[in-house]
Amino acid sequence: MTDLTLSRESAGAAGPLQWALLALAIAALLAAPFVVYPIFLMKILCFALFACAFNLLLGYTGLLSFGHATFFGGAAYFAAHAVKVWHWPPEAGILLGVAGAAVLGLVMGFFAIRRQGIYFAMITLALAQMFYFFCVQAPFTHGEDGIQGVPRGELLGFISLHEPLNMYYFVVAVFLIGVFAVWRIVNSPFGMILRSIRENEGRAVSLGYSVANYKLAAFVMSAALAGLAGALKAIVFQFATLTDVTWQMSGEVILMTLLGGIGTMIGPIVGATLVVALQNTLATSGFPVTIATGLIFMACVLVFRRGIVGEILARLPERHSKQ
Amino acid sequence: MTAAMATAPERAATGPRVVLSARGLRRDFAGFVAVNNVDLDIAHGTIHALIGPNGAGKTTVFNLLTKFLAPTSGTITLLGKDITRTPPAKVARLGVVRSFQISAIFPHLSVLDNVRVALQRPGGLGVQFWRSVSALDALTPRAMELLEQVGLADARNRPAGDLSYGRKRVLEIATTLALDPKVLLLDEPMAGMGHEDVGTVSAIIRAAASDRAVLMVEHNLDVVADLCDWITVLQRGEILAAGDYATVSSDERVKVAYLGTDNG
Repeated sequence: MTDLTLSRESAGAAGPLQWALLALAIAALLAAPFVVYPIFLMKILCFALFACAFNLLLGYTGLLSFGHATFFGGAAYFAAHAVKVWHWPPEAGILLGVAGAAVLGLVMGFFAIRRQGIYFAMITLALAQMFYFFCVQAPFTHGEDGIQGVPRGELLGFISLHEPLNMYYFVVAVFLIGVFAVWRIVNSPFGMILRSIRENEGRAVSLGYSVANYKLAAFVMSAALAGLAGALKAIVFQFATLTDVTWQMSGEVILMTLLGGIGTMIGPIVGATLVVALQNTLATSGFPVTIATGLIFMACVLVFRRGIVGEILARLPERHSKQ
Repeated sequence: MTAAMATAPERAATGPRVVLSARGLRRDFAGFVAVNNVDLDIAHGTIHALIGPNGAGKTTVFNLLTKFLAPTSGTITLLGKDITRTPPAKVARLGVVRSFQISAIFPHLSVLDNVRVALQRPGGLGVQFWRSVSALDALTPRAMELLEQVGLADARNRPAGDLSYGRKRVLEIATTLALDPKVLLLDEPMAGMGHEDVGTVSAIIRAAASDRAVLMVEHNLDVVADLCDWITVLQRGEILAAGDYATVSSDERVKVAYLGTDNG
């Protein structure tokens, strides 16, 4: 899973080293709650999945969305409402969140993909702001209060998610499924076309690909996976609030992805971990978090544009002779 | 439209079959007429050159024929079917495929993947997001065949961006041929190439033209003389002359146009 940066190789065929690293990472995830506070880990996993979903669009399709909070926060509201008010089981609530995010993605993507670059970003931002104001006004979101006290419920009717370890392993499972979905999409025949569009859009058109349809499909997939992360977060923390639909949240996921490494599989995970860890540390220190993240953002853009993972991979010896 | 209908059968009786045809093609850019009243007939099995001084509108004609630009007026027909309002990706799917003046490749993909991207659209392989890329391995033999035809088989695993300029152009042609187009439009395929590469590319184009129509923009008049069956000379967006090389090269107006600005 580590060598997927702008993969020059025919991807999909991970070597034994990659499998070993992956097994190690999963083992570490399974053991982690015995060492680190599980709530903190689950927060990281939710944001890491969010960043991976965002990277599907930015890193592999070349589209910078400034409205992904809509899908993350929107799905959180849908899942929280379904579980709390309609008494749905948690897995059904999460699926509703994913479906809702996909529909929102279809609408936003439909308008945004007609434009490129900064205009694309501005349209996504504008539509995300509209959704934010919708959430402020709509009765079911309870405005400033948000939806509080969402029961975690019982997974499949018999696994109590109020048990911290059960909740944690459920989050790990959803996270792995989500990341696998991103990895599968990126390393699929469809993903190949996304890359070719990112590299040379005009050429992709001249080869007969209806580029707008591909971009829209990628947008909806990214939105749905961002929704998966948001809905999961609502179940874990038992609330859904306006924080998750603000433009700052859209900015935060850009920072996580950029910091970790755009267009790498594990970059967004690393970025999300660092940002969440930083926020947790600074929350108790009194130092303003926004200043710290702003400084990191500047350092990232000025010094290491490829992000942490991107820079590491770029310094590794060339491997494209393999295959 | 009427003109196209009148001409196509006429030509079919006397010469090769016309595949792509344009009548009264015109394109304005904010008051400036870049292309005006251009008629073209591109025939199967022939190489048709579009020449003219810089700024004559050659690339604009290319963009109009492939619908990357919409014509202000005029009609374009492919095998008798009107494609004037058809979107560019659809035009490509119908078999009119172009290359670009700047080499259009996917630089971070391998040479092999560049060709496979072109091959994967038929059969719906482009939309399968749930399968592994190894599904594309089925396309490798055909891709390798194309790469061997153009002499790029040895570079198959290299990132396309690392190829020399000439080989990038060759890769672009191979990728275009992967679509098996009815009409191949090449925008200055030899520009900036060394002498040896010119020979290679000429041979590739000649082979490709045996079973399709080729329209190429080219500045190198030696290449045009050697390769092309029919030549259309553009000047200031309008057709100055048309005919085979002997006819066009002896045309006084063509001589003046070329000596004035660009001696090729």
